[in-house]
Amino acid sequence: MIIALSYLSSCHSNLNIETAQYAVNGQKLYTQHCQNCHGGKGEGLGKLYPPLTDNNYFEENRAFLSCIIKNGLEGKITVHGQKYNQLMPANPQLTEMDIAYILTYITTTFGKSDSIYSKTEVNEALKKCNITN
Amino acid sequence: MKLNTLLSTFFLGILASSCQSNSPKLPIIGEREVVEKQIDGKTIIDTIYPKIPSFKFLNQDSAILTDKDFDNKIYVANFFFTHCPSICPTMQRNLLKAYEKYKGDDRISFLSHSIDFKYDQPSVLKSYADKLGVDNNQWQFVTGSKADIYGLSDKYLVYTKEDASVPGGYDHTGYLVLIDHDKHIRGTYDGTNDEQVKQMLGDIDILLSEYKK
Repeated sequence: MIIALSYLSSCHSNLNIETAQYAVNGQKLYTQHCQNCHGGKGEGLGKLYPPLTDNNYFEENRAFLSCIIKNGLEGKITVHGQKYNQLMPANPQLTEMDIAYILTYITTTFGKSDSIYSKTEVNEALKKCNITN
Repeated sequence: MKLNTLLSTFFLGILASSCQSNSPKLPIIGEREVVEKQIDGKTIIDTIYPKIPSFKFLNQDSAILTDKDFDNKIYVANFFFTHCPSICPTMQRNLLKAYEKYKGDDRISFLSHSIDFKYDQPSVLKSYADKLGVDNNQWQFVTGSKADIYGLSDKYLVYTKEDASVPGGYDHTGYLVLIDHDKHIRGTYDGTNDEQVKQMLGDIDILLSEYKK
């Protein structure tokens, strides 16, 4: 029983450390690739670039987020009830690992998520981009 | 002892000169030219500072905007383009802070020149301004011929170049340039640097106080 408990708790704290590691790596990449438009706090810019703080959007589009980063986005989207319609450029140079780091950083720092995006999850999501698109 | 006297004289001098002008003043920036003039048979030495020359552009409402629209005002100018993926969003986010701080204050204006003379037509600039949150004529967005815009950017000491090898197709620096009533440059600030933007907000107040009656 004790062993099981300690195993559980250590597992949980391991997860937290891993999430934190992903977020730290993600922060560097975010500064480089995303911050210009979306801002240092994910606040966006006016009605030009959406904020990255809408938890509902994150949850409803969890898989699609990988596609947005990799392939960019064109057309109307609604974030926090506000419509945005500005072309987002693609980031073909970002690897699946990079995208996992960035999404973990964005969703845990600006959103309320406490779990990581794994490389596997990003890999799966990217395979289905054209279907969800 | 002698050094001491010298030093104290020096400091007294500084004290005296700082007493004379009790408010700080911004320098005039740019290569100045010293000329000799003959006035009433006397030779007078005059210093000429570079000025922003007259200009004429089309703004976001397809109306003509000239240097005359900035007479008796100070203004902050910069160079950008609407689909710029690199420094522009950060620079415009920072200029927006200044715009919001001085919104409704007719002593100061803002002027953004698009360096994408092909794509950024007035309707594109209008949509951009709306989405940025600019809803009065205090911040103008202008377009003009390549020669006019790029020629003028040199006068603002801002580097601009059409360059297919950089993201977005245009290379430029993200300076915010503070201009006084005489069209002299009184400050240049890196619009992507938070510290320098803070400095600019302070300098705007200093410059505005020069024109207090």
